[in-house]
Amino acid sequence: MSKEFKRQDGRKPNEMRRPISAKVGVVPNADGSAMYCSGKTIAIAAVYGPKKMHPQHSQNPEKGTLRCTYNMLSFSVADRIRPGPNRRSTEISKITEWALEPVVMLDKYPNRVVDVYIHMIQADAGTRCAGINAAAMALAHAGIPMKNIVSSIAAGKLDKTVVLDLDKYEDSEFKEGEGSTDIPMTFTPDGKLTHIQVDGHISKEQLKEAMNMAREACKEIYEVQKQALKEIKE
Amino acid sequence: MEITTNLTGERIKKYLSQGKRFDGRKENEFREIKIEKDISKNAEGSVRVNIGKTEVLVGVKLGIGEPYPDSPEKGNLMTTAELLPLSSPRFESGPPKFPAIELARVIDRGIRESKYIDFDKLCIKKGEKVWTVFVDIYTINDDGNLFDAAGIGAITALKNAKMPKYDEETGKILFGEWTDEKVPLSDGTPISITAHKIGDRFIIDPTREEEDVSEVRITAGISNGIISSMQKGNSESLSMEDMDKILDLLEKTERELFKKLEKFLK
Repeated sequence: MSKEFKRQDGRKPNEMRRPISAKVGVVPNADGSAMYCSGKTIAIAAVYGPKKMHPQHSQNPEKGTLRCTYNMLSFSVADRIRPGPNRRSTEISKITEWALEPVVMLDKYPNRVVDVYIHMIQADAGTRCAGINAAAMALAHAGIPMKNIVSSIAAGKLDKTVVLDLDKYEDSEFKEGEGSTDIPMTFTPDGKLTHIQVDGHISKEQLKEAMNMAREACKEIYEVQKQALKEIKE
Repeated sequence: MEITTNLTGERIKKYLSQGKRFDGRKENEFREIKIEKDISKNAEGSVRVNIGKTEVLVGVKLGIGEPYPDSPEKGNLMTTAELLPLSSPRFESGPPKFPAIELARVIDRGIRESKYIDFDKLCIKKGEKVWTVFVDIYTINDDGNLFDAAGIGAITALKNAKMPKYDEETGKILFGEWTDEKVPLSDGTPISITAHKIGDRFIIDPTREEEDVSEVRITAGISNGIISSMQKGNSESLSMEDMDKILDLLEKTERELFKKLEKFLK
């Protein structure tokens, strides 16, 4: 592995983008809400519920449902995107649900739904991770029973080097050597993986390296989230 | 918080009949207005507007499109609004419903009819290529008066919008690179002001609860006392005397509001 690998913005391979910051209570109407910023990516999330599930045929009599909606504001990216859902956002919405469900305890809310709305105000890669981080805080803020919160970040590989937290350039424009691999992941504070996606190509060994790197980084994100939740003033 | 009860409605009306509002404001007094510029760096212009607890984001993007056949030398304007379910338990996902469509169209007309944007300067090649200005409105928290928050957001976002670079050879926009030029605007800034009739009183900048018991809503785009757009909402009728009072209220409010906004419109 080449030690002298240089990232365009001068970060070390295992260095995440900064600043990272979090704030809870950004949408007064919501039962819970939060903002998470990482580098140039800004995500907000709001939680409504548990409330009665509509349409009725979607109700689950066994337990409550977590319903996430991920969306990018049309002006959050350089080339304006058409407002409204698309295939990418539909997939990320579902991924977000899966990332959060392992820690959310909805057994006591049969036939009910907890809605989580996630919006990107400014996007610079890593939006699904920022969205999940914001959503986890918003759920906690809403007082939804949870085992814990989750923290999310992407690791990846640029050419041959495993790196943390790809930015927009590294994610979509980096073409050198083996190119770029993006691996968004979500962890619980005790280090369990609740979500992983891989885009690119990477060996098993390097994937493990990437996972460990992300898991370490999530510890720091967890502290930021926790601190933001402690600072709620209402 | 989802609905305003009849009891609350009656209390609002009773208070108003004595010239009082729940939050202690005068009938023609806005809540605190906060404007934050450049909230999204990929947008050509973007702002966050807070009026009390109401919050909207407005972003301006530019695109390239074909001119309409009846105006081959003019740029286009496209305004959209989304009432995000994130911003209120009343809003649901799905295709835009009437309130979102109306909001977008009222703001669109306010900008268009006042000739705020100089569309003649947005022509790249006559009959073939012109700039399209997208004004996109998103609600973040609805505590009443989204119309005026969106209107204020639209004009301040436009005022701060830079023209992106355009590559003449490829005919494409170089997104992420901006020229020193601003989006071409005229001097007359159309300010959106909405008046509501509740009982026999007239107020501006209603909270969510006040908006719920409003009998008539009038939104106007006004620039230096000149009304360039107007829309009445809700199904009660208005007498001519009522209308006179509303016009006086709108005119007076425009002057005051413009002073407050002036520093953001330079």
